Amino acid sequence: MSFTQSHLLGIEPLSPADITALLDLSEAYVDLNRSEEKHSQALTGLTQINMFFENSTRTQASFELAGKRLGADVMNMSMQASSIKKGETLIDTALTLNAMHPDLLVVRHPHSGAVDLLAQKVNCAVLNAGDGRHEHPTQALLDALTIRRAKGRLHRLNIAICGDIAHSRVARSNIMLLGKMENRIRLIGPPTLMPSQISEFGVEVYEDMKEGLEGVDVVMMLRLQKERMDGGFIPSEREYYHRYGLDAEKLAYAKEDAIVMHPGPMNRGVEIDGTIADDINRSVIQEQVEMGVAVRMAAMDALARNLRARRFNSRAAMGTLV
Amino acid sequence: MTPAQTTLLINARLIDPEAQTDHTGWLLITAEGTIAETGTGAPPKADQAFDLDGKCLAPGIIDIGVKVGEPGERHKESFRSAGMAAAAGGVTTMVTRADTTPVIDSPEVLEFATRRANEAAPVRVFSMAALTKGRAGQEMTEIGFLMDAGAVAFSDGDRVTTNTKIFSRALTYARSLGALVIAHPQEPILSKGAAVTSGKFASLRGLPAVSPMAERMGLDRDIALLEMTRARYHADQITTRRALPALERAKNNGLDITAGTSIHHLTLNELDVADYRTFFKVKPPLREEEDRLATVEAVGSGLIDIISSMHTPQDEESKRLPFEEAASGAVALETFLPAALRLYHDGSLSLPQLFRAMALNPAKRLGLASGRLAKGAPADLIVFDPDAPFILDRFALHSKSKNTPFDGAKMQGRVRATLVGGMPVFGAL
Repeated sequence: MSFTQSHLLGIEPLSPADITALLDLSEAYVDLNRSEEKHSQALTGLTQINMFFENSTRTQASFELAGKRLGADVMNMSMQASSIKKGETLIDTALTLNAMHPDLLVVRHPHSGAVDLLAQKVNCAVLNAGDGRHEHPTQALLDALTIRRAKGRLHRLNIAICGDIAHSRVARSNIMLLGKMENRIRLIGPPTLMPSQISEFGVEVYEDMKEGLEGVDVVMMLRLQKERMDGGFIPSEREYYHRYGLDAEKLAYAKEDAIVMHPGPMNRGVEIDGTIADDINRSVIQEQVEMGVAVRMAAMDALARNLRARRFNSRAAMGTLV
Repeated sequence: MTPAQTTLLINARLIDPEAQTDHTGWLLITAEGTIAETGTGAPPKADQAFDLDGKCLAPGIIDIGVKVGEPGERHKESFRSAGMAAAAGGVTTMVTRADTTPVIDSPEVLEFATRRANEAAPVRVFSMAALTKGRAGQEMTEIGFLMDAGAVAFSDGDRVTTNTKIFSRALTYARSLGALVIAHPQEPILSKGAAVTSGKFASLRGLPAVSPMAERMGLDRDIALLEMTRARYHADQITTRRALPALERAKNNGLDITAGTSIHHLTLNELDVADYRTFFKVKPPLREEEDRLATVEAVGSGLIDIISSMHTPQDEESKRLPFEEAASGAVALETFLPAALRLYHDGSLSLPQLFRAMALNPAKRLGLASGRLAKGAPADLIVFDPDAPFILDRFALHSKSKNTPFDGAKMQGRVRATLVGGMPVFGAL
């Protein structure tokens, strides 16, 4: 398998071959997860710690389930309630955990780059479960797997990413991944929710949603991240819904077989109409959740293989291998 | 202390920022520690003579805006450690900032700092005082008393006085006393919470960013207030090309305005932050390359008058944090000259141009006699080898804090000797 990274910190350092390898491995786990006996031995004996410095129910549950199905010992640490409040720095927390010999650290943090920083300080594999507005690589991988299964390919598709791009790590990771796989990406949203100079990322930017959705294969909606906004990005939720909320009228501009995606949790009636979200002919939102577990199993499996190989090599180099 | 005998330095490459010349000659220092004469012909007699072997001899650097951790954060930098770093870096005069804990906003605190500086630092130290009490932007400080106690300029550091009424009154009052006000031109609300300059890099890294326009808006406001008040004003750091036309117009309109920039903004750009390297987090944030080039050009033309190191010591705990949470600032007293020499080696600025911005102009702005190779000026001089190569090791710096962006960088230019009032405070002739 081509994926040789020690950590999964983002999509940016991955090659198209890395991405394809991870998606192929994920397919096997989709099948496993649909079978009666869902257990694998891939992480047996390994310890996985989920450190969430930011609230999350869905992602944390997905990582926890993925680890348990692979046979790891899984521990959840809700960091916003713990020693961070007592003034301990991220580095100290990392060193403390490192002393417990974890093998996989799954980290979510409200600040961009925090997971990279932590990865420099520990000697286990680190998975980024979302850092600030920077990256959320497993979300992009699960979106890619969902698209690949629904469309039969992951290249030469017209994909629209709509809404709050500025505050979204999901959007950044997706732009990176879908671009690497040679798709045409359109970003749709009000200019106040677009990152600066985003057009230099090889995307087309639309302020008019109908225009932007014209003929696309995939409509990817983003959650309006009210908690990251310090005021004044949009006039009101109802005007936002009117201009950028996905309803039947706007979706009619996309291809007839276009799929609708959302990373969840949804604000129904703000960025997406409830009936579209629930339309089993268009919406793949539930499938995204299913793919999430498989992709996370694949990512942890791949990282654990690389971790074991590195440890084997270092023992061999020290001559302590028996 | 004075040298008590006359000293002759021969075979020196004299860097004269006043005459804008760079040629071989000699320099004679009086027994009182002042410059007696310079020349190119046969040197006069002296009690002692040293052959500089073609090394550069320039006025010592006058660095406006040095942060020393006294009072309050002595573990980050003391007057002793900052003074040693300055001497090693060729800085013969440090002008210290008032953003200490407590703030230097009363004659009593200023006298404490001055006493500590004189006891502990081997170079000259002058203090700035805050413009408003506690740097809170609400009430002006006792500008008159503080001047009597030795404050050479008034500044709230990187805090902008947002209340324009208070700021205009402080400017008016300062003007009546002839006090120099140093401000940080920045639109404070637009730049609130920003860690980098907005643009492609900021979007890629997902970091909160500020438009470079915030600097121009801040400068435009201050210039309007100068037209009202006619105060003596210095903008601490101009770092963007969009602010330069406004600065030029203000100078042409006869306002008493000068501008500085930092050595980091002249030698680094936003991409140096790379993978969230917090030692590159400075305030204002590093800019795009076009802005760096425009700033260098403005130093060359003299539109930007002064280069400062903006020496800001931060301990490891303040920097080993996620980028957004990490403290801003970099230590720079010792890397100031070698970093500046990058601009000489790449052909952007001549040595006399550099020393005009690092020695002559700051001296003129503060009314100091140093900063030049003129007869009667204090013999605050540095001898340096502009070509000497080295790789910077941050743990070899004299500063107590080691937060330099140049760790591991290949640099050229080493100070061989630093003289203050004719007396060596670092190295040997």
